[in-house]
Amino acid sequence: MVTAVDDNAALRQRAWEAAASVVDPEIPVLSIADLGVLRDVILDGDHVEVAITPTYSGCPAMNMIALEIEVALERAGFRHPRVRTVLSPAWTTDWMSQEGREKLRAYGIAPPQASRSRRALFGEQVVACPQCGSDKTELLSEFGSTSCKALWRCQTCREPFDYFKCH
Amino acid sequence: MSVANIRVAETPLVLYALRRADDALILGHRLSEWCGHAPMLEEDMALSNIALDLIGQARELYTYAAKAEGMENDEDKLAYLRDVRQYRNLLLVEQPNGDFAQTLVRQFLYSSFADLYWRAMMASRDTTLAAIAAKSEKESAYHLRHASEWIIRLGDGTDESHARAQGAIDHLWAFTGEMFAVDDGERALIHAGIAIDPATLRGRWLTTLSDITREATLTLPQNDWMQQGGRSGRHSEHLGHLLSELQSMQRTFPGLTW
Repeated sequence: MVTAVDDNAALRQRAWEAAASVVDPEIPVLSIADLGVLRDVILDGDHVEVAITPTYSGCPAMNMIALEIEVALERAGFRHPRVRTVLSPAWTTDWMSQEGREKLRAYGIAPPQASRSRRALFGEQVVACPQCGSDKTELLSEFGSTSCKALWRCQTCREPFDYFKCH
Repeated sequence: MSVANIRVAETPLVLYALRRADDALILGHRLSEWCGHAPMLEEDMALSNIALDLIGQARELYTYAAKAEGMENDEDKLAYLRDVRQYRNLLLVEQPNGDFAQTLVRQFLYSSFADLYWRAMMASRDTTLAAIAAKSEKESAYHLRHASEWIIRLGDGTDESHARAQGAIDHLWAFTGEMFAVDDGERALIHAGIAIDPATLRGRWLTTLSDITREATLTLPQNDWMQQGGRSGRHSEHLGHLLSELQSMQRTFPGLTW
């Protein structure tokens, strides 16, 4: 027997999956669910509201992600979906899923370290090369091609690589 | 300039958010002036990235100021349709880029304060300000590290880089006092637990400055005469020029969108 509650749960699940299919435009191997950007999906009648949290304050990908969520939901049959930005609690790279970290590494980007090491970043940090796994790496530039990345180089295989900064 | 300035109902909370938003926007705009001109590619990316963080912080703070005001204003109107006297940023952040040393010293003086300030503001009873603080604190830590490394590199570098870094510190020092000043409206917010008293940060701020400048073989000025005015809209001659560029599109083509 299908009850109204089951219907609602199934509908919400469908909305979640549609929203979760949206990927980061700068790192297309990561979905917004992998990133921890997708916070909540709220169903009110047949209207759906998606809550997302920004990564870096000025990250221009957020506008694009909000737009793509609306498109994905409309495509899944939800009319007039809304995207709401929530600031609290503040996003941290600790919310990135284990699967997301593996996808990043396979894509050639070193995944973020645990954020408790962030203050310690004033000291030494060890970032393993995503290509060969070596710990003998060096920082080339604290700021990289996007807000979330720094540029590193492996001293073993000599390949430069992006590091997803912990936040 | 063909578009009228907006009016802002400056309650203490609106003014408080606006002042921090203006700091972030004006400093972000100054740093964006380096885009394509920095001495090396890595620095071009770094200064543009920091500018992006600051403009992002400004957007959140303007949006909150508009919401607290509860009128017709929004983040764009607050940024584009206020004139010089309506801007409330610190005099420090509107000072011209000068040479690379002056830009980095300005960045160092501001981010060493911002790092402490945002970390303290995470305990604000105002949940939106606390949330903005939690994001800004992480970014400020990176900004401070970047600036500190350059202060050491420039100060402990060649005679030329040392002289320029020291000159910049001496020149900008009088603009730092304003970071620790509060007025009656802010004092009430501090009592209510919404704002923090910046005077409580001054000791730690000076420690950071002393530690880094000592390593950089630079000296902090001893004079404590401080210039003020930005928080109440009395600015140096530089801000008007900056705004004429920042606002030219909206002033020329009102309501223009992408």
